[in-house]
Amino acid sequence: MDLSIAALLTQDGITNGAIYALLALALVLVFAVTRVIWVPSGEFVAFGTLTLAGLQLGRTPGTVGLLVAMALVAGAMEVAGCLRRGEPRRIPGRLALWVGAPLAIAAAIVALAPLQAHLAVQVVATLAAVTALGPLLYRIAYQPLAEASVLVLLIVSVAVHFALLGLGLWFFGAEGSRTPPFSSATFTIGAVNVSVQSLLVVATSLLLILALYLFFGRALYGKALRATALNRVGARLVGVSPSFAGALTFTLASLLCAFCGVLIGPITTVYYDSGFLVSLKGFVGAIIGGLASYPLAAAGALLVGLIESFSSFWASAFKEVIVFTLIIPVLLWRSLTTRHHEEDE
Amino acid sequence: MSALLEVADLSVSYGKVEAVHHVALTAAEGSIVTVIGPNGAGKTTMLGAVMGLLPARGSIRYLGEPLERLSVEQRVARGLVLVPERRELFAGMSVEDNLQLGAFARRGEGERAARRALDEVYHRFPRLHQRRVQLAGTLSGGERQMLALGRALMGRPRLLMLDEPSLGLAPLIVKEIFAIVAQLRAGGVTILLVEQNARAALQVADYGYVLETGDVATHGRAADLASDPKVAATYLGIKAA
Ligand SMILES: Nc1ncnc2c1ncn2[C@@H]1O[C@H](COP(=O)(O)OP(=O)(O)OP(=O)(O)O)[C@@H](O)[C@H]1O
Ligand SMILES: [Mg+2]
Repeated sequence: MDLSIAALLTQDGITNGAIYALLALALVLVFAVTRVIWVPSGEFVAFGTLTLAGLQLGRTPGTVGLLVAMALVAGAMEVAGCLRRGEPRRIPGRLALWVGAPLAIAAAIVALAPLQAHLAVQVVATLAAVTALGPLLYRIAYQPLAEASVLVLLIVSVAVHFALLGLGLWFFGAEGSRTPPFSSATFTIGAVNVSVQSLLVVATSLLLILALYLFFGRALYGKALRATALNRVGARLVGVSPSFAGALTFTLASLLCAFCGVLIGPITTVYYDSGFLVSLKGFVGAIIGGLASYPLAAAGALLVGLIESFSSFWASAFKEVIVFTLIIPVLLWRSLTTRHHEEDE
Repeated sequence: MSALLEVADLSVSYGKVEAVHHVALTAAEGSIVTVIGPNGAGKTTMLGAVMGLLPARGSIRYLGEPLERLSVEQRVARGLVLVPERRELFAGMSVEDNLQLGAFARRGEGERAARRALDEVYHRFPRLHQRRVQLAGTLSGGERQMLALGRALMGRPRLLMLDEPSLGLAPLIVKEIFAIVAQLRAGGVTILLVEQNARAALQVADYGYVLETGDVATHGRAADLASDPKVAATYLGIKAA
């Protein structure tokens, strides 16, 4: 291997790693606030790519159907909840939020689809549609089980994963899609070719990570999510409801996944079931961070991207094996170095 | 004075074991009501039920409105604030973040109001101002108590429930805490005070309840309770004549 190949592999690895880092952050965030291991995050990535691909072809993407179906279910659950608590006055507001907003997004996309609008507009529409699925999923699948154990929540996650796979096949079909690159320009630094597309991916990831950092460090809502992750009872006592925190968390996490989907589309062909493998790599990164540390998770994801890229050069057939085997020494190292928190208050 | 909080026939169970049986309690607006009693009497349990943290049977009315169907967060938004026995601070966050979150339920009132509330708390507890960037988990026990009380005050409570605010504090700080409780009452806050330190509690309170193994053993004006020979013997350590 000469230097230019190494540089190319590094560039690939960093690009993919940046995408995995977003996933890793989404997974850590969801786990910290809601204790959900978010297995179906990969489906959100795939839906992101497939939605954008559909819009590119001037078709109404299957996401719209999913959005409408989930909004109706969530709306029914909200109405039932309001009636059970004896608060019929709150029904219109809840319906506007849980049914009105998703339906408005769905309607906008239906109107937009045949126009073949500018790529940037389509990206915004894609992000809106996929992001809206997040809180709906939380409302339907996880909020009713907020008090359940981590194991029960994991089982629900696996079930949701398979349900979304089935729905994905139904709504998007079995054929794969690739979206056009945002830019096909390249330039050279010394002997190394750098693609603007890769730079865009890395820059977008960095910007998102910075935005998250500011949100959690400065904004009251960001602090409220951190507080919920640290102490649920304490958070409730200052008025942060767990279901509000959960819905907000899933909104952020699905936005990150939607970005992943948009960013990964030009790199690889995505099928309705491609997301799982991608999210597993983000998960390896998240595990390196112990599902608790955001910087470690992002760094771990970057490492996963690099290892994947170099192993695809040396032993392409074993690339996934190598990446996932990596998790064993990491888990060993973590189990030896982390002290156990069970006894802590 | 009208009743701000009216608890009637309140029973709370942990699984099959009932920890509080048919308790009745009233707190008049603008008064300090104290609940004293031995360890395990059910004081913390009762506060948990009023706050909505624990499921309960019976009736809890606040400003004449039944609370049963309201979530903890909705109760906080209506001005019920609890300083819990375990404090439940956000250990990994700074003192200032903890305080700011105390005003979360009042976020609709805007930045300016939050800033003013923060300044008031810092004025009351200069120590917290000194330590504002320190992580809450690294505070000393006494500072932690101040932070818990400060965070509760950030929510501008109408009914403030304190679970053993003097727990583990040096006598001088205990005095300070009770002085603050009296000041708050003068500012119109109604206070429900659970205390081991019965003498101090009965001194500051207007009305008192004695809880024993989940039942109200006796209740009355604080001054009358303090001079009740049985109460004095059991809780004030004074031998009955
Ligand atoms: N989570 C729980 N599960 C089972 N029993 C509990 C639980 N919490 C409290 N109890 C029991 O309920 C009873 C009342 O407890 P509670 O904490 O309300 O007492 P307390 O009056 O606050 O006591 P202390 O003065 O020691 O704080 C005790 O017998 C206690 O063992
Ligand atoms: Mg107690």
